[in-house]
Amino acid sequence: MTTMTLRSDLQQIADWIAPKSAVLDLGCGDGALLAHLRDVKGCRCYGVEIDDDNVLAATRLRVNVLQADLESGLRMFDDDRFDTVVLSQTLQAMHRSEDILRDMARVARQGVVSFPNFGHWRNALSLVAGRMPVAPDIPYQWYDTPNIHLCTLKDFEILAAQCGLRVTDRSLLARGEPVHWLPSLRATLALYRFETR
Amino acid sequence: MVQRPGSVGVVRPQTLHFAQPLRLTSGASIADYTLMYETYGELNAARSNAVLVCHALNASHHVAGLHAENATSAGWWDNMVGPGKPVDTNRFFVVGVNNLGSCFGSTGPMSPDPATGKPYGARFPVVTVEDWVDAQARLADALGIEQWAAVMGGSLGGMQALSWTLRYPRRLRHCVAVASTPKLSAQNIAFNEVARTAIRSDPDFYGGDYYAHGVVPRRGLSVARMIGHITYLSSEDMAEKFGRMLRAQDYAFGYEVEFEVESYLRYQGDKFSEYFDANTYLLITRALDYFDPAKDHNGDLTAALAAARARFLIVSFTTDWRFPPVRSREIVEALVAHDRDVTYAEIDAPHGHDAFLLDDVRYHRLVAAYFDLIHGETRVSPHESPLPRESGAGAGVGAQT
Repeated sequence: MTTMTLRSDLQQIADWIAPKSAVLDLGCGDGALLAHLRDVKGCRCYGVEIDDDNVLAATRLRVNVLQADLESGLRMFDDDRFDTVVLSQTLQAMHRSEDILRDMARVARQGVVSFPNFGHWRNALSLVAGRMPVAPDIPYQWYDTPNIHLCTLKDFEILAAQCGLRVTDRSLLARGEPVHWLPSLRATLALYRFETR
Repeated sequence: MVQRPGSVGVVRPQTLHFAQPLRLTSGASIADYTLMYETYGELNAARSNAVLVCHALNASHHVAGLHAENATSAGWWDNMVGPGKPVDTNRFFVVGVNNLGSCFGSTGPMSPDPATGKPYGARFPVVTVEDWVDAQARLADALGIEQWAAVMGGSLGGMQALSWTLRYPRRLRHCVAVASTPKLSAQNIAFNEVARTAIRSDPDFYGGDYYAHGVVPRRGLSVARMIGHITYLSSEDMAEKFGRMLRAQDYAFGYEVEFEVESYLRYQGDKFSEYFDANTYLLITRALDYFDPAKDHNGDLTAALAAARARFLIVSFTTDWRFPPVRSREIVEALVAHDRDVTYAEIDAPHGHDAFLLDDVRYHRLVAAYFDLIHGETRVSPHESPLPRESGAGAGVGAQT
């Protein structure tokens, strides 16, 4: 059993996932979310992860982790194989952001995506001041960032609609706490839950 | 507590004779046979900590430790199996067995055919991975092992581990298959065929009955080994090890060994031809060719793996072009389709197929972590009331050492 408390954004994702459902976590990191879903909700889980240290950490949590590069797609998984597919803080670092969303729709009925909100006021201010933003959720310089596809809430919602995804829930966080007032400017992290058909 | 990894020390091979005929995949059967094996560590009281290690083409039961009479020759997976090593013999009772048809003490083409009293030679029946697994299951019976904690192997050894999950799904909890494949490709079979042709066209082969002529098809066997070796190394690895290095200052404008890579291959071939049996080489490469659990399911691997119940650790290496990662992924995909527990690692290592035998910290720490989990499941500590080391004799089976 996992005893550690989940990071608040992962807890929000976990709250959107039905007990005993089949879950695929793309970019599952150290497997904390999947271990939690397995132990607390009795879910059947698989994670995809590329980093060696994360694969090892997830293995130690007895998570079903498959080492692979998400850029090469989700060919490993049959259509409709899962109830929920999760892409947590990974979308912004992918070359083929649209393709991965469409592939997610293929393998699961429900999707969850989280990403840093590029529309945060501090980022806008930084641009006005003539510099690319560097912030706790996007802590890289423009020339060495893995985050090549940063977006705002509205940007994501438009792409989701283009991909035929129907957003059912949205959770906007700053420092792990929900943001209700001017969220598109004040949230640092956006989480979306959507139906894929 | 961190313990410095060590060796299991001096080990003594043992033999078990099986008097009951073994029916083979081909329809033939072997009337009786002997298997050579070694064990390391202690079987716990619950008999829940046994690990079977399956060997590949040219290895044997000698997985770890040293033989008293040959103190320089460590077991073939000595970096994997031992006290404090990834498969920790302080926790697990590890069994290595020489497969039927091999040439390191188990019954094979060099053994006397009871019908004639002469070596089997070419008359030794063709055996398959499945036949080996059946023979291993009888060894497990004799050792009192109802269920393995894990069956593991690399390459052809991984095929045996996979086959265990299909033939005896309830008799293992974990399958660890490294650098393996669910079946050979046309290219793999082609390389095997070139190797077999080299052996069979050696004038000293005598249709497989060279024993009677007091010779060994050494040249053919040597060429077979050279071909095999090329497929075990990555192109990058070869370039780094040998490049275009010459043994002398410049070209000699002849056909003797000039490049370092030629020298290396000849040395490997010659060394191999001194200890390996040519008929065994034919037999084991054929077993490789024939392995294809999907064959009885119209080529559908997913259907073939429906019977599996074990948890899996599948490992591949990025530069392995003999059994590349895509082949391991086929196994993983089929397991995911059946909702089986599986961990899959793709190790970015430069050493090609051979990587499964070499030290690589990412590879070994992952296997160690996986075996930590297995250890956590074995409820009884191996140090509580251990069984006597040689508890081999089961019903109808006589132990001899």
